Amino acid sequence: MTTTIAAKRGARRRLDSTAIVYLALIGVIIVGALLVSTVGRDLFSPGSIRDILTGMSVLGLVAIGQTLVILVGSLDLSVPYVISLSSLIAATTMAGDAANIPLAVALTLLVAALIGLANGLIVTGLKVNGFIATLGVGLIVKGYLDTNYQGSAGSVPAAFQYIGATGIGPVPISTIIMLALAMAVFLLLRRTRTGHHLYAVGGSATVSRLSGLHAGRPRVIAHVLCSVTAALAGLLLASRLGVGSPTVGSQGGYDLLSIAAVVLGGTLLAGGRGSIWGTIGGVAIFAVIDSVMSVMQVNPFLKDVVRGLVIVAAVAVYTSHVSRKRRARFAPTGTDAPATARNTAVTGESR
Amino acid sequence: MSAERITATGMPARARGLALRLISPGGAVFLLLVVLIAGIIALNPGFAEPGQFMRFIQRVAPIAIVAIGQYFVIVSGEFDLSMGSVITAQVVIAGNLIGQDEGMSIPVLLLMIVVGSVIGLVNGLLTTLLRVPSFIVTLGTMLAVLGGVLFWTGGAATGNPADGFRQIGRGGFSNVPLLDYVPYSVIILAVLVAAAVWFSRRPFGRAIVSVGDNPVTARYAGIRVWWVKTAAFMISSLSATVAGVLLVGYAGVHPSVGRGYEFIAITAVVLGGVVLGGGRGWVVAAVAGAFALEALFTLLNFADVSSTMRDGIQGAIIIAAVAYSAVSFGSRPRRGPQTSPVPGKESADSASAASTRSGPTTGTTHISNGG
Repeated sequence: MTTTIAAKRGARRRLDSTAIVYLALIGVIIVGALLVSTVGRDLFSPGSIRDILTGMSVLGLVAIGQTLVILVGSLDLSVPYVISLSSLIAATTMAGDAANIPLAVALTLLVAALIGLANGLIVTGLKVNGFIATLGVGLIVKGYLDTNYQGSAGSVPAAFQYIGATGIGPVPISTIIMLALAMAVFLLLRRTRTGHHLYAVGGSATVSRLSGLHAGRPRVIAHVLCSVTAALAGLLLASRLGVGSPTVGSQGGYDLLSIAAVVLGGTLLAGGRGSIWGTIGGVAIFAVIDSVMSVMQVNPFLKDVVRGLVIVAAVAVYTSHVSRKRRARFAPTGTDAPATARNTAVTGESR
Repeated sequence: MSAERITATGMPARARGLALRLISPGGAVFLLLVVLIAGIIALNPGFAEPGQFMRFIQRVAPIAIVAIGQYFVIVSGEFDLSMGSVITAQVVIAGNLIGQDEGMSIPVLLLMIVVGSVIGLVNGLLTTLLRVPSFIVTLGTMLAVLGGVLFWTGGAATGNPADGFRQIGRGGFSNVPLLDYVPYSVIILAVLVAAAVWFSRRPFGRAIVSVGDNPVTARYAGIRVWWVKTAAFMISSLSATVAGVLLVGYAGVHPSVGRGYEFIAITAVVLGGVVLGGGRGWVVAAVAGAFALEALFTLLNFADVSSTMRDGIQGAIIIAAVAYSAVSFGSRPRRGPQTSPVPGKESADSASAASTRSGPTTGTTHISNGG
């Protein structure tokens, strides 16, 4: 770890946040491989790699959407319920018949997009803080789920279960889908006008408005996309379970874990800065740690302790580096008082 | 900003001022609470009897106390997601260590206070000194504390503390004139609310709010931001500890006691018109938010709404409440980044405001050049 930090300082200008995340990932893999080898197992065996990649796929899908929402300076706490609802809609619409798959997928994505639209409109139109808006919408969806579903429902045809069960070599199809989506979102952020708008609005809504860009549209788009990726995660879980479940999302704790993965990946919680590959790196760190802990047969409760400590430690190492860079960036101009205040607020004290 | 407030409340037309207060974000919650309680009484007249009403307050007490703690954290510009886990931890500590030995009550109570303070201290120091966003810090401590407690107990419910200890949360004075029955937890709540109001008016309480409003100006005003925020986190964890003591008596010992309290507390605080992001809010309104939330559940209960629908209604209400205050009062600039002053409306007041605003910028430039 100390060598990483030393290397980081030497080449501070060259290393961006994503590179640090992947350095951390390599560190975690090395330590994990050593730990796993002490119990006579191999972290790089095909089975183990498949475990890690499978573990990445669902959280990865959710975290991709969460990255977009956090980039525009909002949050999405409704994802677990959107995931559960999606798995139920998909499984009950398919009802065991492969012919229904296109309809079920389309319906699931449509419902999720509508939930995302509701989130986005509440945040932009009613000016409700994203935390409260999505918490409220999540509770409403949860109320619907609890009222209408007592347990697992529907059934997923074998053809659809195939997606969650197979892979090319040790790489599961689900992970390939997740990475393809990450690539698509990466291109969206880098190459399209909408992508640049997402960064602009997240960086400073005031400045973007003064530049003639209204914060509303990018925010709504981010929320819609986030719910849609959560629905994809729900579809994937339905394909793995073979049924829809009203608790699959909340049991996974995907709301807070995805936010943690995004922040671990170097995206600023306040918005405006971050990258999709950083998020994927953050998700991979979680997946490797989880896999190592299962191989080592760590007590499930102790796993949570380790997860909590890793989240805080990783983000602490990370912010201590990034904040220094950021101050150099903003201070010389010195004309944008609110932005300076805000960034100092985000990073905490200067001394 | 405070000058504006004083002139607003000191208007000659007092009635108009009161009306404005009641529809303001901080005041609307009291209106909501009155409406909800009127609704409950309409459905169930017995609720108005002092005894029943006291039991209602007894039920709200843990939530309200947690809301007080969360208020101080939120108003300082941070979040505390670890409260639920702290409650669970304290409940399990009380259950496991006190057992049937009443003599252990005081030492274990002291231990619980130490544990609460340490968790708050860790949250605060990680947030302020290591600059980790509090959302992430408290998410981490939430996982670590809950995981640690469940690991310790093996995930099962264990032991019940001695009856004397449980009396704090479940007992009370009976045969009190006028009020009929006064639970201890109601007295504890009243004392804590009074203490919180007093504390909010002290310089330190005001420092917490000003740190949430603008940490840069607060620092230039000589406030030790790291210590003020850390203190807010410690208050939060200690309030979760008190809630845990009450819940041991009221709900018993179970690893699921306390689950979800962090979100309930945040909801209550936000219902009370406190602004997420810090700098604005009144602690009494946050307590009223907790009362309104529990009154809502009670009303739904009396109205025979199925329990599964409660979450949905709760969600709709909190969105509506926040939207109300955001839409009707969002036009008022919060931190006053008035970038293009309206010509002709320029006054000495806005000029001085502009100069204080540019202060932090030059200051930051100076510091970063030096360091």
